[in-house]
Amino acid sequence: MAKCMAGDLLKETFPEAVRDIEEFRRETSITIDAGKIREVMTFLKENEKLCYDLLLDLAGVDFDDRSPRFMIAYLLHSTKFNNKLRIKTTVAEGASLDTVSDIWIAADWMEREVYDLFGIIFNNHPYLRRILLPEDFVGHPLRKDFPVKGPDFGQPLQVCLEEER
Amino acid sequence: MGVEAAAAASLQEVINWARKNSVWPVTFGLACCALEMMVASSSTYDIARFGSEVFRPSPRQTDLMIVAGTVTKKMAPMLKRIYEQMPEPKWVIAYGACACSGGIFQTYNVVQGVDQIIPVDVYVPGCPPRPEGLLKGIITLQEKIAAEPAGQRNLVSLPWGNNG
Ligand code: SF4
Repeated sequence: MAKCMAGDLLKETFPEAVRDIEEFRRETSITIDAGKIREVMTFLKENEKLCYDLLLDLAGVDFDDRSPRFMIAYLLHSTKFNNKLRIKTTVAEGASLDTVSDIWIAADWMEREVYDLFGIIFNNHPYLRRILLPEDFVGHPLRKDFPVKGPDFGQPLQVCLEEER
Repeated sequence: MGVEAAAAASLQEVINWARKNSVWPVTFGLACCALEMMVASSSTYDIARFGSEVFRPSPRQTDLMIVAGTVTKKMAPMLKRIYEQMPEPKWVIAYGACACSGGIFQTYNVVQGVDQIIPVDVYVPGCPPRPEGLLKGIITLQEKIAAEPAGQRNLVSLPWGNNG
């Protein structure tokens, strides 16, 4: 595994977008300004010294007491250099983020999952609707303020088939 | 007891005997408990001894639904539809803590007991119950079927006006 150049290269190319670079046990995490996420991601994928051609994971985190409240983490892998990189960005409540699903097709369902569970909107996503929960579900359950048992725990469940409506 | 009533009772016994010894389950597993249900049809546990080895892929050909596993709220309409598609007479075994009561999942996405959606005949507790638990459940169900009185289900018309 060659040393990952991503931190230096990003600092050089997008000095205003890089917020923070962390190294921990040879893992690099770079925090990026949310507005620049598409440019940075395209650069990471297409620069021939980096070649982060695989999106391993995309996840949301809710820091209830922080501002901005949400964080999105992207785990990237370079099949050419066998490098891994973590990109983070923050999203405020009610704000939205540009999709990366046209850069890595794998992001399509992952962004839908983040939308489903956190309610974060991804701009220009081709098909942003719930993926895990039923269509008519109300709320976003991985938000810290969502009650774990659900708002209607203890009430009898009504299941109506289409023909019974 | 009149002759006709006695004949109806013994004919009902024959009907019940036939029903209880060929309880065909629908192929329907939801979570970890389903694996125990599958193991019950292996040679070690041999559910065939009780006439229930024929797991039918079509609900139209089944008598029993073994709700084996966690019923999520998203799955609930499908579960109910499969139950409605099964022809009478039909029975339900809630297999495992999840199907009985929601089990360890006291959460927003899990149905807290499948008896909220469909009627359950036998509850088998455990997480997961061993295959012997399922066999015990089926034997209990067979006893229940054997004790069904005449006139409970309007499926077979007996010549002297009773229903079996
Ligand atoms: S009762 Fe236990 S083993 Fe069965 S489905 Fe629930 S969690 Fe899994």
